[in-house]
Amino acid sequence: MTQTPVIEMKGIGKRFPGVVALHDVSFACQRGEVHALVGENGAGKSTLIKILSGVYQPDDGDVLVEGKPVRFRHPVDALAAGISVIYQEFSLLPERTVTQNIFLGREITRNWMLDDEAMRTETQRVLDMFGAGSRIDPDALVSELDVASQQMVEIAKAISLNARVLVMDEPTAALNESECRELFEIVDKLRDHGTAVIYITHRMREVTRLADRVTVLKDGEVAARFDHVPEPSAIVHAMVGRDIADFYAPFATADEIGATVLSVQGGGNSALRNIDFELKAGEILGFAGIQGAGRVALAMAMFGARPFDTGTMMLAGEKVHFTHPRQAIRAGIGLLPGDRKGEGLTLMQSVRDNGMLSPRAFGSLVGSHKKNDFTDVSGMDGLLDRMEVKAASYDQEIKLLSGGNQQKAIVARWLALKPKVLIFIEPTRGIDVNAKAGIYHLMRDLARAGAGIIMISSDLPEVIGAADRILVMREGTIVAEHKAGASETAIMLDATGETEVAA
Amino acid sequence: MTDHTLSSPQPKQTRRLPQINPVYFILAALIVAIILNNPNFVEPSGYMNFLKRAAPLAILAAGQVYVIVSGGFDLSVGSLITLVVVGSSMLSNNDPSSTWWVICVMLGIGLGVGLVNGLVVCFLKVPSLIATLGMMITLNGIAFMWSGGAPRGYLPESFRYFGRFNIRDVPLIQMLPVAVIVMAVVGFALYWLMHRTNLGRMIHAVGDNPRAAQLAGVPINRVRVSAFVISSLSAVIAGILLGGFGGVSTDVGTGYELQAITAAVLGGAQLLGGRGSVPAAIAGALTLTAIFTLLNFLGLPQPVRQVVQGLILIAAVALAMYRRKRTGQ
Repeated sequence: MTQTPVIEMKGIGKRFPGVVALHDVSFACQRGEVHALVGENGAGKSTLIKILSGVYQPDDGDVLVEGKPVRFRHPVDALAAGISVIYQEFSLLPERTVTQNIFLGREITRNWMLDDEAMRTETQRVLDMFGAGSRIDPDALVSELDVASQQMVEIAKAISLNARVLVMDEPTAALNESECRELFEIVDKLRDHGTAVIYITHRMREVTRLADRVTVLKDGEVAARFDHVPEPSAIVHAMVGRDIADFYAPFATADEIGATVLSVQGGGNSALRNIDFELKAGEILGFAGIQGAGRVALAMAMFGARPFDTGTMMLAGEKVHFTHPRQAIRAGIGLLPGDRKGEGLTLMQSVRDNGMLSPRAFGSLVGSHKKNDFTDVSGMDGLLDRMEVKAASYDQEIKLLSGGNQQKAIVARWLALKPKVLIFIEPTRGIDVNAKAGIYHLMRDLARAGAGIIMISSDLPEVIGAADRILVMREGTIVAEHKAGASETAIMLDATGETEVAA
Repeated sequence: MTDHTLSSPQPKQTRRLPQINPVYFILAALIVAIILNNPNFVEPSGYMNFLKRAAPLAILAAGQVYVIVSGGFDLSVGSLITLVVVGSSMLSNNDPSSTWWVICVMLGIGLGVGLVNGLVVCFLKVPSLIATLGMMITLNGIAFMWSGGAPRGYLPESFRYFGRFNIRDVPLIQMLPVAVIVMAVVGFALYWLMHRTNLGRMIHAVGDNPRAAQLAGVPINRVRVSAFVISSLSAVIAGILLGGFGGVSTDVGTGYELQAITAAVLGGAQLLGGRGSVPAAIAGALTLTAIFTLLNFLGLPQPVRQVVQGLILIAAVALAMYRRKRTGQ
């Protein structure tokens, strides 16, 4: 470890309005090593990578390439310095060929004409370098390739740019088992070629399989740094080891939990398989898992937005099959989307209109906007008052409210319909600590009033603190069940598939 | 991160006074300018004729607002007007007693056109700009084919009643054109539907964020189709009025679709949806008509109208964008 690291970040700090995203983070990567960067969602991994790739400029600290300080003002600067990032969302143009994508923006020309032959030859050479040459035709359209092959094209593009440092941001998120194995082999080959690979992941088995060194980020700081690959439990501990604040509502007592209100048996679709579970009235059922484990897909299946293809679902004793959210809502299911701005709110409309949206959707089309079968304007105002929504006026545009208050307005939408089951997806994402506590207590109040609550969250301490029972999902199915107050380590090991390691 | 920004201390939002849409000020200023040029405008015959002339555009703009607020455009209304005028002339064949059933047929055609527009946009996923552009070309062609390329003189008097007739000897205002009554009735109905019913609020929601509206249970396809149907029906009514104004020709409705969009935008309707007002769109239509009237007084030739209309459309959208940026969107 005496050689100069190919890239080094020293004392990096980055602040966004009202929040410190990174504080004094140092990170280095050598030639020919795979350095795993792990941490929970929001720990600062993405920010760090965006600084390395020139998307953001750091407020403090230095980036060094081969020991020389550099300042990337634009992603192009980082590319020129040999740093390539493969994001989860690919940057390929689907209606162009593999070759055209690899040479996008730097096409080889001869006599003012594109030199297709030279570009194709080079593409073939690069693909052959890591054994993808037989699998990918340089003339194939990217849209015709499967996800794994598209990822290989991304990697080939980086290699043809002579990337010295390759950052891979959760590269296996969309891959199946055998595709993952292929990817691991490619990573091994890259390492043998002397490329420095920064590998971002949630999954412990990938760290174990690939990494030479591990850095754990938590809350914008380096929580742990390992020059070897430690036991997965040590990494997980460093990732989640924080104090659980005691702002959660008390768990349900035995007599608060009632009959089964919703159950799914053998539920499946393209993203889910063999889903079996029951939800009881009066309980908060938490769903834990890493991103892409199928939790949101399950919620959307129950809600009819992306229906089940197989299996049966029972709601309040009746067999149901929803193919549209309207059917699910009419039957008594409500859902708070995880992407509040993209899927929850109509930002230009007033707070009250956002609350009235669902009640109105089930009223008569030409009925008064002030009153419907479920509630009226004063009833809605009463609901908003009870939840202590802070707004200068309920006539105010909802975009002016804070995240927590916006979330409450969406809850109000469902309360008016008195649902039997309410699904919260990432209910506290991006809202401040006090508002979080408000949402937890609200969920508990709803459960006490007899609703079954499903809570899907990537914030593990929150699931443990708020849910009466926790189901862990992995790769589209439910893999484990934990009681209230289970340990984060135990859940994380189930979520990442490291069940054989003792917690 | 935005949420943190919002919760950090910031200048407290002062409770704004009820904001008056700037289009009303512009309209008032233009009317003053017209009066200065032509003092006769204050006479009932002056302003009533002005309102009468503006009535078709006002109705059209009020209908167009529905589609704009729902997040689309309706370019087919101009050629629908042409089809209504040409078709009515062909069907009625100078028979004054045919007026009522011809009007019913025309409303039926409007309903059909609106349904097709809406269904194509919702289910075939064709962007509304293209779907209604195709409809515009199609309807123009149908109007030509129907008339054999040579439409005849005038519609029967009983049909022209709505656009042409003035009720005389009305107390205070002396004369009251039927077209103005139609404008008031249709305008109020569309105002009520947009701003006082569930449908109106859902049109706003769908135009603002269709995904959120859908997940909240809004029947977004039904809502969108309704908006197109309302726009088409308003075009039929505008066509009936215009049939009373002048002769039958295949370019009666030409350019009305863009005038309607301009009027709605002048009234503050937000392109791509979520915000808009029927009264303000009607005021926008009156504003546009007032500008044309003023240009007439100033003796500027017809092509200048088009130049001015184009510049107004760009200026109105640019102004709206600027205001939104300043208020911090």
